Amino acid sequence: MKKTIRQIFHSPKFVVGFCMFMFILLTVAIYPLFIKDKPLTIISQGTFVPPGIYVNVYDSLNTKPYTLMLDAAAAKRIASKLSPDDRIAIKEWLVAVGILENQIDTTDTKSLLELWGNNYDPKKQLPGMTYAKTRYYQRLNAALEGILSTEGVTIAATDTLTGTLQAKATVKQSDYVNINEVPNKRVLLLGTDNFGRDVMTEIITATGVSLLIGIIAGLIATGIGLILGLAAGYIGGVVDDIVMFFTNLFTVIPTIVLLILISFSIGQESRGPVAIAVVIGFTSWVWTTRSVRAQVISLRNRDHVSLSKLSGHPVIRIIFTDILPYIASYVFMALILQISSAILIEASLSILGLGPRTTEVPTLGLMLNWAFIYQAQILGKWWAYLPVIIIIALVSFSLNLMNTGLDQVYNPALRD
Amino acid sequence: MKGYMRYFGKKLIWFIITFIAAFLLNFILPRLMPGDPVAAIVARLAQGQSNASGVQAIYEQYTELFGTNEPMYTQFLLYVKNVFQGDFGFSFSQYPRSVADVLRSSIWWTVILQFPAIIIGWILGNSLGALAAYRKGWYDRLILPVSIFASALPAFGMATILLVIFGVTLKWLPTSGGYDVSMIPKLNWAYIWSVVVHYQLPFWSIVLIAIGGQAIGMRSMSIYELHADYVKYSRFLGVKDNKIVRYVFRNAMLPQITGLALALGTMVGGALIAEIVFSYPGLGTILYNGIMGQDYPLISATTLIITIMVLIATFAIEILYGFIDPRIKAAQSD
Repeated sequence: MKKTIRQIFHSPKFVVGFCMFMFILLTVAIYPLFIKDKPLTIISQGTFVPPGIYVNVYDSLNTKPYTLMLDAAAAKRIASKLSPDDRIAIKEWLVAVGILENQIDTTDTKSLLELWGNNYDPKKQLPGMTYAKTRYYQRLNAALEGILSTEGVTIAATDTLTGTLQAKATVKQSDYVNINEVPNKRVLLLGTDNFGRDVMTEIITATGVSLLIGIIAGLIATGIGLILGLAAGYIGGVVDDIVMFFTNLFTVIPTIVLLILISFSIGQESRGPVAIAVVIGFTSWVWTTRSVRAQVISLRNRDHVSLSKLSGHPVIRIIFTDILPYIASYVFMALILQISSAILIEASLSILGLGPRTTEVPTLGLMLNWAFIYQAQILGKWWAYLPVIIIIALVSFSLNLMNTGLDQVYNPALRD
Repeated sequence: MKGYMRYFGKKLIWFIITFIAAFLLNFILPRLMPGDPVAAIVARLAQGQSNASGVQAIYEQYTELFGTNEPMYTQFLLYVKNVFQGDFGFSFSQYPRSVADVLRSSIWWTVILQFPAIIIGWILGNSLGALAAYRKGWYDRLILPVSIFASALPAFGMATILLVIFGVTLKWLPTSGGYDVSMIPKLNWAYIWSVVVHYQLPFWSIVLIAIGGQAIGMRSMSIYELHADYVKYSRFLGVKDNKIVRYVFRNAMLPQITGLALALGTMVGGALIAEIVFSYPGLGTILYNGIMGQDYPLISATTLIITIMVLIATFAIEILYGFIDPRIKAAQSD
């Protein structure tokens, strides 16, 4: 046993897969210790808030400002409002209204804005311009207002008695706040999803739930496969015929069809993560049954099994001492593959809209389903779907890698 | 030919048995729901349906169609009769259209997309796997992890990544549909071109997924064969390497063909989801719309058709296999 384990951990493929899997598992276990938010709390108004650090504006106005003399500040400020693309768009407009191209210098901000100010007319419709483009120019014009000003901004508050505005403070362009002194800030590493929920917290909970689904489904499928395979292989005869009949039957009938019919039939209300896991487990035992049966048949007539039979050992004992130890490694590998495929199946079912009900916990598949329904992939909101796909691929990849590593340990022919 | 006929007969009987079983499952599974299935279906449907007379019409039609007040075996006979007449009833979500009407065109979209994609993915995957086994070295070290990763990536993941890269970011290819929405399906070059362009992304996402899984299987098979005694013996006899390689890959290929027949169900499942990602007008998208619209008759008919398609394809592969496998030919001389 010890020797086998040492051998397994000498397989680079297994070790890489094992480390990846453990890393994911540890993250799932440790993250909730630090961040105690519920995964499905809605924290943002509006959908798909991009990833980043969010600092409360009101609090930062009330935080003591520091003056920093940074040279590039003005240039950066202008660049954030006026990108190279915007400059080209401005040039297009200016050329369209009849300014000569050589008079326009897109690198000289001051003269460009001067020309723009003199020639832009928001009511003017250029021929052949789409409505979206017209609106773009209107937005650009609004954004450019006051871009070159060097004065600060005055903060005013409404006087509760008179209702007039009263100046409270002036924010200079060289004012900075120390982010550590702002009481309210929130790091959204992966932004928020279509419902305004923190994707990072959600995805880690979802990974945990999906792993749980995978493990439950994997254990059920492997358990059924093992029992049926042992029965068919060891007892043989009519039992074998019956088991093989059903195994062959469910090999050709697509699993996804069975899953769709069953999930749809049990209805939205009773579809929890565990129910889905059980359904997946009960529909994916065929491969394990086939292989266990094949292995048992090849073992059945070996000398040590015959000896055991002659010694009058009961069937249970023969199975546990003379057969199971020989197929244990194989069954373990099958379990790994079952877990990985169950996670993929859950995701597929959820994308089809037949996943676990949505009110309590997220699963990786449900997150993808939500992202697709709200067209995150078309709108370019990568943080809503890409991390989920990567996690699914990593979990499945690490499990498959472990399986390949084990395979190479047990089947020396496959080694490099 | 006798041996082959016996093989063919066995496969045909098996095909008929699986067909009946699939049919029964499609009938029984939804009826395991407690309560009156039609009432449950119509109750669900009524939540989103404003047309009260439509609900009533559907209820009456389905009570009659399914004969829910009759005993189970009468219901089954009714079901069989209806299905063989191509009558799957009305679609709930697209009421007055019948299910047969909704499905008619989408079957062809699915066949045209998935059949070539799976075959090409299988051929490419097997070639890569065989090469990895034969060339070994860095080539194998590159192909194997990449294949494991490609097969670990779910079909929808691959589809989404291709969609975002080539459809949304680079804007080379359209992101959804089977042809340009502004076009009317007609046989002219502009329409065919539009179909071809829309075909690319779903096609390649199915191919890439298939390649990964097949390459891994073929690699293991080829390695087993390369270590077989007949290879050592042939080497010993001084048979040319090319000839040995040909034997090895022909032998490794046989289990891969059976493997394709057995994996077809899973592959079609993945491909259906790829269709959904691209809103391709095939069975996958229809199924998705059916589930979203709680449209039971549409789901039931689609799953039945998918099952039948997979069963026919599996049967076809097995028949073909009979021609290729020398052991079945050898049975003739018995």
